[in-house]
Amino acid sequence: MEPGYPVLSTLIFLPVAGAVLLLLIKRTQEGLLKWSALLISVVEFILSMPLFTGFDKSTHQMQFLERYEWIPSWGITYHIGLDGISVLFVLLSTLITILCVTISWNSIKVKVKEFYIAILLMEGAMIGVFSSLDFFLFYIFWEAMLIPMYLLIGVWGGPNRVYAAIKFFLYTLVGSVLMLVGIIVLYFEAGKTFDILEMMKRTYPYQVQFWLFWAFFAAFAVKVPMFPVHTWLPDAHTEAPTAGSVILAAILIKMGAYGFLRFSLPLFPDATKAMTVPMLVLSVIAIIYGAIVCLAQTDLKRLIAYSSVSHMGFVTLGIFALNSQGIEGGIIQMINHGIVTGALFLCVGIIYDRTHSRQIRDYGGLATVLPVYAAFFMVFTLASIGLPGLNGFIGEFLIILGGFKAVKWAGVLAATGIIIGAAYMLWLYQRVFFMETNEKVQGLNDMDLREVITLMPLMALVLWIGVYPNTFLSFMHASVENLLQRLGNQGMQPQNISDVLGGPVVDLARNVLEVIR
Amino acid sequence: MKEIIMPDLGPMIPEITLLCLALFALVVDLLIKKKEVVAVIGIISAVIVGYLLTGSSGEVFSGMFISDNYSLFFKVIFLLSLSLSILLSIRYVRIERVNFGEYYSLMLFSTLGMMIMASAGDLIVLYLGLELMALSTYILAGFIRHEVRSNEAALKYFLLGAFASAFLLYGISMTYGLTGTTDLKAIADYLINNNIGVNPALILSMLLLLVAMSFKIAAVPFHMWAPDVYEGAPTPITAFMSVGPKAAGFAVLGRVFTTAFSSLTIEWTTVIIPIAILTMAVGNILAISQNNIKRMLAYSSIAHAGYALIGVITGNLDGISSMMNYLFIYAFMNIGAFAIVTILKSEGFAGEEISDYEGLAKTHPLAAGLMLIFMFSLTGIPPTAGFIGKFYLFMSAVKAGYTWLAVVAVIFSAISAYFYLRVVMYMYMREPKAEVSLSTSMPSGIAIAIAALAVLILGIFPSGIIEFARMAVMR
Repeated sequence: MEPGYPVLSTLIFLPVAGAVLLLLIKRTQEGLLKWSALLISVVEFILSMPLFTGFDKSTHQMQFLERYEWIPSWGITYHIGLDGISVLFVLLSTLITILCVTISWNSIKVKVKEFYIAILLMEGAMIGVFSSLDFFLFYIFWEAMLIPMYLLIGVWGGPNRVYAAIKFFLYTLVGSVLMLVGIIVLYFEAGKTFDILEMMKRTYPYQVQFWLFWAFFAAFAVKVPMFPVHTWLPDAHTEAPTAGSVILAAILIKMGAYGFLRFSLPLFPDATKAMTVPMLVLSVIAIIYGAIVCLAQTDLKRLIAYSSVSHMGFVTLGIFALNSQGIEGGIIQMINHGIVTGALFLCVGIIYDRTHSRQIRDYGGLATVLPVYAAFFMVFTLASIGLPGLNGFIGEFLIILGGFKAVKWAGVLAATGIIIGAAYMLWLYQRVFFMETNEKVQGLNDMDLREVITLMPLMALVLWIGVYPNTFLSFMHASVENLLQRLGNQGMQPQNISDVLGGPVVDLARNVLEVIR
Repeated sequence: MKEIIMPDLGPMIPEITLLCLALFALVVDLLIKKKEVVAVIGIISAVIVGYLLTGSSGEVFSGMFISDNYSLFFKVIFLLSLSLSILLSIRYVRIERVNFGEYYSLMLFSTLGMMIMASAGDLIVLYLGLELMALSTYILAGFIRHEVRSNEAALKYFLLGAFASAFLLYGISMTYGLTGTTDLKAIADYLINNNIGVNPALILSMLLLLVAMSFKIAAVPFHMWAPDVYEGAPTPITAFMSVGPKAAGFAVLGRVFTTAFSSLTIEWTTVIIPIAILTMAVGNILAISQNNIKRMLAYSSIAHAGYALIGVITGNLDGISSMMNYLFIYAFMNIGAFAIVTILKSEGFAGEEISDYEGLAKTHPLAAGLMLIFMFSLTGIPPTAGFIGKFYLFMSAVKAGYTWLAVVAVIFSAISAYFYLRVVMYMYMREPKAEVSLSTSMPSGIAIAIAALAVLILGIFPSGIIEFARMAVMR
């Protein structure tokens, strides 16, 4: 059931209005600024709950629709709505923003006012990206996001922040502007409309699909980031302040994969199918290359950043497997990665606030000094590796399943990525938390209540998705099925994944065997 | 003897009024010590003329002077840039100790010249307007007499401008020699009726006109004067020059080439395409290495002329209207950026180096925030107006089949992010080096507020301006 007010517009513009409100508060009143930002983000989260409870899972149709004329002479409308693919990301955005506010409570000391304004503007733009159903509107949000993110990295980041910020900005911008031309071409091909739903009703000649696929690829691949345009990510993740890294990891890089799902697959089905193998190859390279590079990292944040490259490789692998397991796995993996990597960056931020070092060699024996922290970190590490019972497993399992179905070698190679993943994460954990206690970490305080509260929701989600993923998978079934129909992929019978995973382990193993056979 | 009938001067009333007001300002200057009064007269003139514009349309002197929606649109741009620049000047000329009344009346004369250019239906009228505009701006560029750079700017501008005028006259005389007329419509009719297609002399005369206009809009390779002149001229005049004369040049390009040479569309687009690409390339790439913000903005405004040329290249009305829309938006964002440069100048402090912007976000957060908006708008990042402007241009390019040109343009516009963001980086990501005091005043505050609001409002609700630009090309 939909609530009686324009819930999505409220979600988009409440943070923007909040940012304007912060603008009016004196910059010396830091307490008031922080509490206002927290209040706004919490209210935002509460207001987003109707999306979770009121979403109709039985249909692939867009829900919570709003549509107003905007620029009539170009056929541009303010058209927003959600379906099973996008709804979870909006919820994730509202949750993550709260955590970004709380984690920055004491660590942001300069330009406090601007910091929270940037965070709130980010939130509005992110929700806008996931809910836009008009290409022009989508592009506005997509690009507008760059401004606060550029400032977040460049102003409050680490020592090499300026380089990282400009690199992030230019990489993303080059990709985006190529998509812009693609959007304009599509506008004329689709009979002068920017309405995404209208565009999807048509089919386009292969030649057009082919070029547009690559134009959109430029934008989305940079954002994901796919190999070989991933190099901005380690810099940006590493130099950004904790909140910036969390937003980047949890939401921003999901937008690339979301773009593939929302636009490339349904609009250019023929080109997508023709490009499957190159895309799978790039994904597999990202998985393995990202994982191997992780082994060589000496910087905590950089390691997690490269693990993102590897994990996002799984996501794109799932998406371009072009079957329901792969795509649903890809979506749930995006959510998982958002939660787990977000949580890992929060964890690194927590320890960084105490030691101001990101170097792995500066740590050691943290488990005895900070036992609570070590426990939290352990859970997220295991979730990242994909331990059954935690969320990471669900996504990776589904993706590899889908990969096998599509192209066998892709599944096999991707699985090796999981093994290396276990290696680098466990090794990291060993070096940081066990071994000799490093003298630099002696006498540090364990996590305080604020930090525990910040990590708690993510911990809960890790377990929830790990044990009962159906709550989340059920959101996307109808939409994914519709997407596959659009791709004309009826040849591959979509299985009911929740049955597979909800059942006992025996069932699960049997299914795996069946697929392999 | 044939009776001479007094023509109906209705369509010319705004220009006549402006002329009278400019002369009035000149006289008032002689009588009054307080030069701010002249500035106020200037602004009031802009408002009066702007009001009169709405009621004037038609042709005078058998089509030599045309007042239509097209010219109206450009005149609005001229008057906007005039009033914003006057607002910026009031405090600045006192700091530079060049507080003379002629300054404002010259700006009025220059604007009058631009208005005549926009309305020119005849090559001779075009030349008259152009010279009036150019001569006034030469003087304005050199207005800071005690400053060598300013003198140099004026001289350079004058010499190169004289060259451009010579080219223009050559072009006009050759066109006259070929067609026997200087009236734009008559030229077009003659070319079509006599089926004159690719005639070398005709192409040459068209090229000469193009060269002259390229000087005025600072298109590569006729851009050499721009950085030096923009750097040396008083900053509010730089703001004025970077918008007004450029827009006037485009007004002429749009009218002359789509009217008189409409039968040669393929030929002139072939010439303008490389000019546009070069202009974007040189402007954007050389801007990267500039350390003086006025020079940087000079190269940036060269680059923007390149973008606007895309609209001309399409050769259709949609393209022309996207070019006009772009210039309108560009007026606000560029004058806005120069406005911040203007207020950074104070007694004994030039504030012209990009490094002077270090830590501005800490010392003057509001000014830094506004500069941030202008920089992102010049880059073309939504939700600012700069994005709308570029979007419309690219759209008309794709529509006309120049998708590849749109791709080239977006790549250069991505490159431009580097130097615009450099300013943002200095403001937000560096610590303040020295104490910078802003010379803000009420008038400059108003000017900046207008520019910033326009950039944001046109960025989010562009419907009105797009419709206005579309109406303007309906003939």
